[in-house]
Amino acid sequence: MTTGLPVSTILLITGFALALIGIWGMLTHRNILRIIIGFAVMDTGLHLVMVATGYITAGTAPILDVALSPADAPHRAIDPIPSALVVTAIVIGLSVTAVMLAYAIRLYAAKKTLSIDAFTESKW
Amino acid sequence: MMRHILVAILVLLFGLIFARMVGGYVELDALRPLALDYVTRAPVELGTPNIITGILITYRGFDTLGEVAVLFMVAASVGLLLKKDDGKASVAKVSSDKVTGEKTAAAKPVLARTEAARAAAARAAAAKANASARAVTTGTMAVKSARGAEPVEDEETASQREPSEIVRTGTEVLLPLIFTFGAYVIVNGHLSAGGGFQGGAIVASGVMLMLLSRPGMKLNVALLSIVESFAGVFYVCLGILGLVLAGGFLDPRFLPIGTLGAFISAGAIPIISALLGIKVGAELSVIIDRFRS
Repeated sequence: MTTGLPVSTILLITGFALALIGIWGMLTHRNILRIIIGFAVMDTGLHLVMVATGYITAGTAPILDVALSPADAPHRAIDPIPSALVVTAIVIGLSVTAVMLAYAIRLYAAKKTLSIDAFTESKW
Repeated sequence: MMRHILVAILVLLFGLIFARMVGGYVELDALRPLALDYVTRAPVELGTPNIITGILITYRGFDTLGEVAVLFMVAASVGLLLKKDDGKASVAKVSSDKVTGEKTAAAKPVLARTEAARAAAARAAAAKANASARAVTTGTMAVKSARGAEPVEDEETASQREPSEIVRTGTEVLLPLIFTFGAYVIVNGHLSAGGGFQGGAIVASGVMLMLLSRPGMKLNVALLSIVESFAGVFYVCLGILGLVLAGGFLDPRFLPIGTLGAFISAGAIPIISALLGIKVGAELSVIIDRFRS
């Protein structure tokens, strides 16, 4: 099935759509857990965008084996740099999510609620 | 309602930015110069068939070291945040300390103390409600276990729901496979898709399954911390060895490169990959265990 759009453009649109959903979720929900979920969705969307920018028309994974000889690689391999950066980005996203969840647990222990409206001390 | 309209406008503006980016995007039909350099040089210089691993561990090795440091800090800070308190007194002390630290008005600590007292009262009430709820659930649990003729081992497991037969048996079957697969992904990082981070995450998912199937189990966090600390130390030592014996910090070429595609090849990359895998697996397991409390 062909859709006319190149595959990386479809991936870009999907990623940006996920990022928008995440931003919407983060800003409209008042429950801290939902805000964290919104962040995770936005993060995933941006990872998709980063991976998509590395795609090269009719390219393949930059792993040399029987199907991809070293002489062939410069013409057929996709850009490996965004993929390598996304590995880092995923780990950092996981770290940020873990710290946010730990803070959520602490906040719940302090006020017995997860609604962000209950935490007014640091509101200016 | 007002807030939703504002958020809608903001999301719309972001959407416009993204739409412009998608509209201006043209799919590449050749590699960018830097990527071309990496793709042509990595197999020759480093002997890694997997170019992404070459970039992660060698060309951008310093980034990876920083990433591992971030992961370490997260494990430490999650441990600090989720540390069990001695009681309500310490919480109240912390909150009043925080307010006095601001050095604002003298009335504030009193306010904080009353606030803390109110919070403590609310917590006590909640705890009471919880206790009664737990009594009900333990009652039903006891009834259920009596009906199932399944002896309850101790009080701690009685308050939690026992994992089902399917989960326990499935864990016994799947756990060795998951750990083996994780080890395979870790040591094949230089040959095929995989590497330390990915394999470490797989190992940690196995640990998570294990903890789900045996809720009463205690993970040896101290041992895991020692293991991950030593993995980190060895990682830095390998980096310094590269500095002394080869071209620079984290240069893996002080070991023979070998033939492209062989299992023992690519200099020190498989060793660094294995160390990363151990470190990430141990760290993620510790984080999972901290959240379990």
